[in-house]
Amino acid sequence: MDKRNDILQGTLTLLVLRALEARGPLHGYALCGHIQSVSSDLLRVEEGSLYPALHRMEQEGWLASTWRLTEKGRRAKFYEITPRGRSQLAAEKESWARLTRGVARVLRYC
Amino acid sequence: MSWYARVANVFRSRRLAQQLDDELGFHVAECIDDLVAGGVPESEARREALRRFGNYTIQKERTRDMSMAGWLDAALGDLRYGLRQLRLNPGFAAVAVLSLMLGIGANTAIFQLIDAIRLRSLPAKDPWQLAAVDAAPDFFVQGWYSARNRAFTYAQYERLRAHQQAFSAMLAFGNTRFNLSRGGDARYAEGLYVSSNFLRVLGVTPVLGRDFLPERDERDCSSAGAVLSYSFWQRELAGNPAAIGRMIYLDGRNFPILGVAPADFFGLEPGNRFDVAVPLCADSLLATDEKGRRLFRTDAWWLTLIGRLKPGWSVERASNHLRDLSPAVWRETLPESYRPDAAKQYLKNKLRVIAASAGVSSLRRAYENPLWILLAMTGLVLLTACANLANLLLARASAREREIAVRQAIGASRPRLIGQLLAESLLLAGIGGILGAVLAHFLSRILVSFLSGANEQIHLELGIDWRMFAFTALLALLTCLLFGLAPALRATRAAPAAAMRGGRGATTTRERNGLRRALVISQVAFSLILLVAALLFGRSLRNLLATDTGIGARDVIVAMVDARLPKLEPERRKALFKDLEDRIGSHPGVSAVAAVELPPFSGYGWNGLVHPEGDRSAASGKQSWFNRVSPGYFRTMETPLLAGREFDLRDDKKAPRVAIVNEAFAKSFFNAHNPVGRTFRVESVAGKADSIYQIVGLVRNTKYNELREEFRPIAFFPVDQNEEVPENFNLVIRARGLLSGAISGVRDNLSQLDPALLVEFRVLSVQIRQSVVRERLMASLSGGFGLLAGLLSTLGLYGVMSYMVVRRRNEIGVRIALGASGQSVIGLVLKEAVRLLFVGLALGLAVSFALSRYAESLLFGLKANDALTIAAAAALVAGTALLAGLVPARRAARLDPAVALRDE
Repeated sequence: MDKRNDILQGTLTLLVLRALEARGPLHGYALCGHIQSVSSDLLRVEEGSLYPALHRMEQEGWLASTWRLTEKGRRAKFYEITPRGRSQLAAEKESWARLTRGVARVLRYC
Repeated sequence: MSWYARVANVFRSRRLAQQLDDELGFHVAECIDDLVAGGVPESEARREALRRFGNYTIQKERTRDMSMAGWLDAALGDLRYGLRQLRLNPGFAAVAVLSLMLGIGANTAIFQLIDAIRLRSLPAKDPWQLAAVDAAPDFFVQGWYSARNRAFTYAQYERLRAHQQAFSAMLAFGNTRFNLSRGGDARYAEGLYVSSNFLRVLGVTPVLGRDFLPERDERDCSSAGAVLSYSFWQRELAGNPAAIGRMIYLDGRNFPILGVAPADFFGLEPGNRFDVAVPLCADSLLATDEKGRRLFRTDAWWLTLIGRLKPGWSVERASNHLRDLSPAVWRETLPESYRPDAAKQYLKNKLRVIAASAGVSSLRRAYENPLWILLAMTGLVLLTACANLANLLLARASAREREIAVRQAIGASRPRLIGQLLAESLLLAGIGGILGAVLAHFLSRILVSFLSGANEQIHLELGIDWRMFAFTALLALLTCLLFGLAPALRATRAAPAAAMRGGRGATTTRERNGLRRALVISQVAFSLILLVAALLFGRSLRNLLATDTGIGARDVIVAMVDARLPKLEPERRKALFKDLEDRIGSHPGVSAVAAVELPPFSGYGWNGLVHPEGDRSAASGKQSWFNRVSPGYFRTMETPLLAGREFDLRDDKKAPRVAIVNEAFAKSFFNAHNPVGRTFRVESVAGKADSIYQIVGLVRNTKYNELREEFRPIAFFPVDQNEEVPENFNLVIRARGLLSGAISGVRDNLSQLDPALLVEFRVLSVQIRQSVVRERLMASLSGGFGLLAGLLSTLGLYGVMSYMVVRRRNEIGVRIALGASGQSVIGLVLKEAVRLLFVGLALGLAVSFALSRYAESLLFGLKANDALTIAAAAALVAGTALLAGLVPARRAARLDPAVALRDE
């Protein structure tokens, strides 16, 4: 019933922050597409997780949002990384690196 | 955005929802566009986009939850739900809100008074540093005592100030009344004599004009000025800033107005606000002779002493310090008028220090204990109300049993359900609390005006402060938990399956009824306690009012004439008084008139030590009280003369000294033998010969100053044999017909004789009633509370009994069908009521016995464990309770078995 685990729990924050850092302000739909294309379709962001995550991150103060018009003339909510978001991103990168190192070692030596 | 943003979002949830729709809608729209661009047909694309998006509503909810304080959102929802529930049951809501309002209102009102006289700090700088000099137990005072509070002489203040180390500064003040009028009816302002550092030590700066100059207090101060209170300035001078420098007329002398104190500064005595303050030295200015200058009299006790503790000094340390200083201070201030034995006692006196952050107050001494007792009583009333509400809520909860079971069955969590049920109670308590606070606002003012007499106004600051707010809020919250929590816990405990089956689950029923029974029992106990208190206080008041004063107070007016303003020679003054007495006596509205130095129940006293002569067996050197009266006094007061004669015109200055004594005097000094013809000696001050009096008459006992007092030994002397002619002249006047007729007669005569004479009238019976105002307060309030609690518990019992009858309908129906008589059904139901009643009464009695000793000192003419009172209270509670049980019982007896059984 629940297909949330397409992306490893907890990495969504990292991906979103990184994408916004790299690309500047994006709306939710573009964010989905961006992550999907950058990862060469290896990663697919579930909408069901994306929007709660965006709102939570906004509450945490990592993201700021503005309503703007897209090229097509639709009103969309654009998210942007804040300074606090950047430091959070650094922390998440660090913990991701640790995790992958750890997992790699386990795979190698066990 | 953080927690407060989430809280804020709760209150703009509609906008938030709109934005969410926009955002998610945009996503879906983009997705459709992409699909269409990829070649998918339009109708197909929409379905596919929504499929990819997943459950739209859940997404929205989950996203929304991220931006909101969930608990708050839920709580608001609960409150809205609770409000709806209350609107659906307006009867219940009205009863609940009303009883909570009364309960919380009464509690808050009493608390406001306690707050004002006991808890609130003085409007001074750093009030916690202030401490008052007080006397240790067994303090010996002799001489001229004129103060509401613990007072000392100026010499003591001066020496103490010189010796002490505990205070960074000390101030002294004495209270007085200043007459503002120039003749006719006296008009008084509450006055203070203050040391010149008074305002500076308190850290109070005048809002207008200036403070007193820092000068020596005993200087000659013919140029002394006055500082006015803000309210007096507003009242008398219309708040005119140009008043500074103008003159104010006090007791016949003009004082320049120096300044105006801040609006919140009422002085140092909660309950008595000051109007005008003048320096201590002004006492000498206003005194008409050398003897009246209290500043220089070592036996004039008139000053209350307050100090500001130095940093690091506690009240206790200061107290020890002053105790150690006492002997030196007493040695240096020993009044020369004291005889050796008095001097010995005086030197043994010890001082101490008490905290004065809340000021000093005679009101507090008189009312603090009664108010705490009243607070306890209002607390009981509130508890009774809570028990009642808990019962009602229980009944409602059992009506909603199925609904709650269904909710639980489909997954509502128990805490959430309890929260929802509590929200309703919280609403009730909140509304009750707010209305109660409003009610308290009026109640406390009514109480203050109740306590204020015609001649003594009580002024209390009754503003809303944080303490009162916290008290009310806490009370509301506590009541909510008290009456709401148990029913909520109970309601959600039932196993859903059992409740939904709809049968009468035997176990749950018994359990729930157990709680209801306990509630009724406690209500009965509370109302018994309150009723016992009400009867005790009520009977005390009745006893007091029924006490024999020895005086026929009806129709008697006391006229107090102040002859200071005309500045007459003593002989001229004496003639004037005589003339006045004669003129008033011949007024048609007056049936009798006499002069008296100390009118009874006036609060003034005069006492001394008496030695009967020629009788060694009789007691000697005991205390007696004195008064001076003119011929015809006892006739005017309708006090029976038991032997001998009244004073007459023969008893003048040249005649031998005579006295009339009362029965208590005869009993005390002459073994209750007829004392007429005997002589006694009254101890005089040191260096003066004792006076000797011959007794010419014996009168019935009369009360001297209070209804409560035991009859005191009193000796009356003729006014004419007084060596001095006082400047005040008091008349007791027995009116014929309307009191107002006699009063206007006196007024006319006075203004004819001398327009500068001042007069103040008091109605003796009112004065006597006023002396029992505390007892009246206790009796009427406790009576009201008892009634209220009785009503509530009657309702409670009625409710429970009716509920039980409904629950046992089938059983009763079967019994009737099988031939039970109506009587036996009534007996069956009443048996239950009687059982509850007895347990409640027993509990209430036990608690009453334990608590009643706290009220002992407020009672008169009966003991706190007075059997008759307790029996009457128990009978009253039992009677009403049985009545409350009888109604549902009779309903049960009239039950139609066919109807009752058809339900099953």
